Amino acid sequence: MRLRLVKQQTAFDFFEKWKLWLGVSALLVVLSIASTVTQGLNFGIDFKGGTTIRAESSTPIDVAAYRQAIEPLALGDVSIAEVFDPSFRDDQHVAQIRIQAQDGQEAVASDVVAQLESALRNIAPDIRFPSVESVGPKVSGELIKSAVLAVVIAIAVVLIYIWLRFEWQFALGAVGALVHDVILTIGIFSALQIKFDLAIIAALLTIVGYSLNDTVVVFDRVRENLRRYKKKDLSDVLNLSINETLSRTVMTSVTTLLALISLFVLGGDVIRGFVFAMIWGVMVGTYSSVFVASSTLLRLGVKRDWSKPSNTDGNQFANIDA
Amino acid sequence: MLHIEGWKRVVIWATCALGLLFALPNGFYGQVESYNDAQDAGQEATGWPSFLPSGLVNLGLDLRGGAHLLGEVKLEEVYTTRLEGFWPEVRNALREERTTIGAIRQQEGGAGELVVRIGNPEQMDRAIEVVQTLARPVASLTGGMTDDIVVSALGNNLIVTLSEAEQLATDDRTMAQSLEIIRRRVDEAGTREPTIQRQGKDRILIQVPGLGSAQELKDLIGVPALLTFQTVVGRSSNPNGAAGVGNELLPAADNPDLYYIIERIPVVTGEELTDAQPSFDQNGRPAVNFRFNTSGARKFGQYTTDHVGDPFAIVLDDEVISAPVIEVPITGGSGIITGNFDVAESTRLATLLRAGSLPASLEFLEERTVGPELGQDSIDAGKIACLVGFAAVLIFMFLSYGTFGIFANIALLINVGLMFGLLSMIGATLTLPGIAGIVLTIGMAVDANVLVFERIREELKTAKGPARAIELGYEKALSAIVDANITTFLTAAILFIMGAGPVKGFAVTLGLGIITSVFTAIFVTRAMVVIWFERRKPKTLEV
Repeated sequence: MRLRLVKQQTAFDFFEKWKLWLGVSALLVVLSIASTVTQGLNFGIDFKGGTTIRAESSTPIDVAAYRQAIEPLALGDVSIAEVFDPSFRDDQHVAQIRIQAQDGQEAVASDVVAQLESALRNIAPDIRFPSVESVGPKVSGELIKSAVLAVVIAIAVVLIYIWLRFEWQFALGAVGALVHDVILTIGIFSALQIKFDLAIIAALLTIVGYSLNDTVVVFDRVRENLRRYKKKDLSDVLNLSINETLSRTVMTSVTTLLALISLFVLGGDVIRGFVFAMIWGVMVGTYSSVFVASSTLLRLGVKRDWSKPSNTDGNQFANIDA
Repeated sequence: MLHIEGWKRVVIWATCALGLLFALPNGFYGQVESYNDAQDAGQEATGWPSFLPSGLVNLGLDLRGGAHLLGEVKLEEVYTTRLEGFWPEVRNALREERTTIGAIRQQEGGAGELVVRIGNPEQMDRAIEVVQTLARPVASLTGGMTDDIVVSALGNNLIVTLSEAEQLATDDRTMAQSLEIIRRRVDEAGTREPTIQRQGKDRILIQVPGLGSAQELKDLIGVPALLTFQTVVGRSSNPNGAAGVGNELLPAADNPDLYYIIERIPVVTGEELTDAQPSFDQNGRPAVNFRFNTSGARKFGQYTTDHVGDPFAIVLDDEVISAPVIEVPITGGSGIITGNFDVAESTRLATLLRAGSLPASLEFLEERTVGPELGQDSIDAGKIACLVGFAAVLIFMFLSYGTFGIFANIALLINVGLMFGLLSMIGATLTLPGIAGIVLTIGMAVDANVLVFERIREELKTAKGPARAIELGYEKALSAIVDANITTFLTAAILFIMGAGPVKGFAVTLGLGIITSVFTAIFVTRAMVVIWFERRKPKTLEV
């Protein structure tokens, strides 16, 4: 007996409530943008400049006492957060301390870090600092620029590739889904105020790749079915294609999520934010390739005569034999 | 028909075997690492058979622990020094024309400028012409030749700056020198496998695994270590006192209230040292012994002969370490620097002097320290997460596809092996996000197989027989596999080009993972399916 997450033959109508789905997506996009605009993102030092110090002690961490010890140094905005992780030993207590970039200092002043470390040693003598990272404002500004550029270029390249391989309507559908996924991911980072750093940009681009992977598989089937069923309504063709690929869509999402969830639970706190972004992205990406990409395609319409292969039909690789 | 030619099978399995062979050393990491170290040191290497490949996946700083610095070289400082050195030549040329252009006087200029006041400003054109003749040709950006200096006028002042082409050439030289000197200093400190790279126009990235803190690294490379021997004009206790043109006011290293007025042009510089060793002076205090090269020894001997009874200053990075009085001429070419050192400082100073001085100062834009325990924790957590995720995917695939699931699982194992093989072959660096990339690839690698298997299931419904269904399954799934993976690969490529540090490591594992997973899905799994089919010749097929 085989495990089947999706029945052998499905005939869901994915467009019956297309207004609802597009409405839900639009609402989520608006909420994400609103959250990002109003409360902003919790930028890590990669993007904001400043210093983060990871402190480990065998005595429980008293955030208030730490704050009091650091107060006299007048370092401006200091945030102290205790970190929890199932992989920590019983006597392992970890805190993450973040100091804002100090005025007028490009290079990171190590004496500031040294002062802070000795101040903390007074209240927790066995405290250790397994990682200290500082980024100057100059570099962080450049990192933001190149990160935004990377996401924009990735989306543009994908747009062009799908346009070449399919039709422009497909490209718009796919990119609509991508933008949707990226905005929703940024939105959840803003809503939950999870630290947004360089690794999250990597996660965002991976989500772009993953979501696209899903969308392209559906579109590939749509293209095939458009050739086969020349008289069928576009919405029927789309529905059929999504149903035919549904089993695969679910299978792949589940295997990827299995791997990611194990990393989320067991992979340690350092990459948890990064993995969270990817898990969220895989779920959103799967949803969007069905509901956003295909609905967009349905609204835009496509040319129906696929009988004559031409360059833009994307036949150039289709008959490669392995 | 369902068939793969013999030579193709050989190529497929040979590729797998080769990849796994290259991945093998990573299974014996510690052993191979010490073997490689011994080999690098030119010693007799044991513990690993020499006929096997010994490339390893490098561990990034976030996994191994160590220090990371991003420094910016202050390139303009070199322009100023260059023009400073150009002044005597300009002065001599203009003096010959004193009758027409009048008296000349050097003025304080901005950074990268040499400013000369001309007595008869109406003769400025003539002055410019004279200085212009001193220009030397350099290759310009467009390939032709151009002058190395630009001479212009502003009121009574004649201003000399370096031309754009000369600035670029100087920048390149400065960067090359800085890299070389940083490399020497890090090597002198005896650390292993440091990364020292130029980034962009004026930045240098330095990563040293196994170093306790970025501060240690900064102490080693952050100082110019420019040693000079200069003439003392006088002493002062006023930090803002006027030093006069051609002189400078420098603080004493061991006395915050004492300043020396010193002639700006040095008698001898650290460039002319051949050796420096930590030692002790007559009173048993730590000091540094040094030895000049021939021309340095001659200059120093001449100077000390002419100035017996006068003080001279030993200046390190704009601080006067000591200002002893010359008691006897020093003609032997060697000497001793005493100051307020402890043993560690004198050792470090000797190291710095041996390695040479940086042509310009460094400003640090980014510094990161990761302790080795944190890195080890990350590796351990990553390992467990990989194994658990891997097991979950394997079980899930078996439950979903039975026999075919087992094929996909074997292919997945080969896939991870191939990834490590490729990573070792190109000497890539594995970072923490890189581990996430591997885990993600494990999840996504089965995608191509799933596409094929689902397609075979569909083709089976139209009942053309199992062999035809398998063939059609592979054929029709191919365009989806290719399109889906090319798009993901494109994003990985963009990440690689635009990303920095650990993100780049993630892009590498993701990109390689895509290549190996497509290979294993459309060649390896297929070969297994074909072999299985030829043996069993099943009448019906359950996928």
